[in-house]
This record gives sequence, structure tokens and C-alpha cells, in this order.
Amino acid sequence: MKELFKGIFEKNPILYYLLGLCPALAVTTNVKNAVTMGLSVIFVLFFSNVIISIIRKTVPHQVRIASYIVVIATFVTIADIFIKANYYEMSRALGPFIPLIVVNCIILGRAEAFASRHGVVSSMLDALGMGAGFTLVLCFMAAVREILGSGTFFGMKAVPGFFPQFLVMILPAGAFITLGLIVGLHRAVDMRIKKRDSGVKREAVR
Amino acid sequence: MNYVLIFIGAAIVNNFILSYFLGICPFLGVSTDLKKASGMGFAVTFVMVIAASATWGIYHKILVPYNLQYLQNVAFILVIASLVQFVEMFLKKFIPPLYKGLGIYLPLITTNCAILGLTLFMVIKDYDFMESLFFAFGAGSGFLLALLIMAGIRVRLDSADIPGPFKGAGIALITAGCLALVFMGFSGMMK
Repeated sequence: MKELFKGIFEKNPILYYLLGLCPALAVTTNVKNAVTMGLSVIFVLFFSNVIISIIRKTVPHQVRIASYIVVIATFVTIADIFIKANYYEMSRALGPFIPLIVVNCIILGRAEAFASRHGVVSSMLDALGMGAGFTLVLCFMAAVREILGSGTFFGMKAVPGFFPQFLVMILPAGAFITLGLIVGLHRAVDMRIKKRDSGVKREAVR
Repeated sequence: MNYVLIFIGAAIVNNFILSYFLGICPFLGVSTDLKKASGMGFAVTFVMVIAASATWGIYHKILVPYNLQYLQNVAFILVIASLVQFVEMFLKKFIPPLYKGLGIYLPLITTNCAILGLTLFMVIKDYDFMESLFFAFGAGSGFLLALLIMAGIRVRLDSADIPGPFKGAGIALITAGCLALVFMGFSGMMK
């Protein structure tokens, strides 16, 4: 259970490890894009973690990174082609960011740090937790940016008409500033929790 | 003229870091001092130009004629990874001073999304060979420029009085946001 939940808040891949920032910044202009991206990452992360965990004993140590990349690239290609075939508009909107999941540090990072050392079941849970943490942050960022920037949520009108729209929020600058604030906020909350629990010794989870 | 536009477009107007968000990890990681930032910037520019020429050849001469475009992701990442390794060995053997300068940054570049992003954009924008080279050179220069500016700012941030939770990554991202605002001023330059 710890494997599943650690990725969602405490060791969130984006906010704690600062991994996978490129997609987090690029696709969060609206919630729809963010959900698509999050689901693609969960898909790729889950299956590559499972495969890598299965083959971890047979792959020689020297060529492991190269073989992980091939496994990951295969699943990314599947996701890419699936989105192109079924949601063409979405694939146009996300541009190269779906293929770029290949070099998303979250996936290679989890493969190297977790799946290559743990059994299949805990790798699955790890992938789901990390993927969920990633998707949640993505959706949260996208919601903030979409509501403030274009006044909509999931494409529907979300704020009263007199509310001003901050164009900067859907521009690149808004992405950096939103993420910076969220990272700061996450750390502030985390510090508070740590302080409260300082009596209880927390076990370091990797 | 076209080449100049592509160069400026990739370097300033659509800066890879500040408007495409590619290569954020090294942007935050090595922008802590100017020396590291310039080393990384030059190494990325160097690899970008070589990777662009190699993947252009592979895409247009092998993948397209045999109708294998769906292998693009796998092929590109493998080409980039082996290329980086090869460049590293080549420099070590034949140009040691350059290797000393760029060496430690080269392995990190394999997983730099800016390189793979560059090759994917090259395919999407359907550039010919020379255009791709200028695009790669421009993207690399833009990367170097953003990295240097950021490093310059971060040196000063170190001595600033920042609220605890925002130290490090938080303030760096917000600074990058301000930089992106500044670069937006260039967006009128190109249609």
C-alpha cells in the first residue's frame, strides 16, 4: 500500500523529484490535454515497469539503460499511434509531447530506481501511484491555468462574465509561475506535516 | 533569408526552454553557476547539430522510403543515444581539450528532451537538410542563451532573502516565468 500512495503526495514525481517537468509545463493549458497526457503516462509507466521488472534478472547490467529505453519507446509508440487513430484533434494539440514521453525522466527514473530492483506486483503499484501523482498535479495545474486564463473548465464556462481573464496564465510564462507556486506550496505543507510528526520517526521510502 | 528566419525563430522567438519547455531538467540542474551553464549549453548545441543531420538522413532516406515512419520514436532515441556515446569517444581520442570542456555534460544529454524534441519538430515542420541544420543551431544557441541568463540571475538569487519553502526549485521556476515573459516580447518579430 505504501508503494501506491507515496507517489501521490509525499514523493510526488513532479513536486518532490522535479521529474517530468517538460510535459507538466507544456500540456497544462487546459484540463482535457492534461488528462490525456496523464493517462498516456500512466499507461506507459505501468507496462514498462511491469516488463522491466520481469526482465530485470536476464538483462546484463551494462546494457540495461538501452534496453529500458527500447521497452519504453515501444509503449510510447503504441500510445502515440492509438491517440493519432482515435483522437486526431488531441494528437495535433499535443504535438510532439506524446512521443517525448520516451525521454520523460519519470519513466526511466522509475525503471532504474524501482522496477529494476523490485518484484512485479510492487512495480505495478509503484507505477500506478507515481502515474496518479503525476496526473493529479497535471490536472490541478491545468485547472488553475484554464480557469484563470480562459475562464473555462474542461471546455465549459466556469467563471461569471465580469471576472477578468488572465491571458498570461495560458502562455508559457504562466506555466512556469504556476508550477513554481505549486512547488513552493507543496514544500510548505510538507514541512508543516514533518514538523507535526517529528516525534514519530518516518521511514525513508525509496 | 529563410535560413536566418529559422535560426532566429528557434533561438529567440520560440526559445526551446522558455516557450516549448524542452530541456527543463538541465535548465534547473546546471544553471547554478555560469561555468557549468556555458559548458552544458555548448555541449547541447554541438550534439543538436550532429543529431539533426543524422536523424534527418535516417528519417528521409531510410524510414520514409520503406514506409517505416512508425519506428520514428524508437529509431531517433537509439540514434541519439549511440551518437552521444560516439561523440564522447571521438572527442576523447582526437580533441582532448574540447572533451575536457564538454565531457561530463555529454552523458546527461542522452535523456535531454531538447534533443529528441528537436528531431521531432524537424519532422513535423518538414524541413530540408540545410533548414534542419540552421534549426538545430538556432535551437542550441537559444538553449545556451537561456541557460546563461538564468545562471546569471541565480547567482544573485543565492544571496536574496526568499521564504523557506520557495528556496531552490520554487523561486527558480518563478524566475523562469519572468524570463519567459521577457522573451514573449520577441513574439511579434515573426508571423
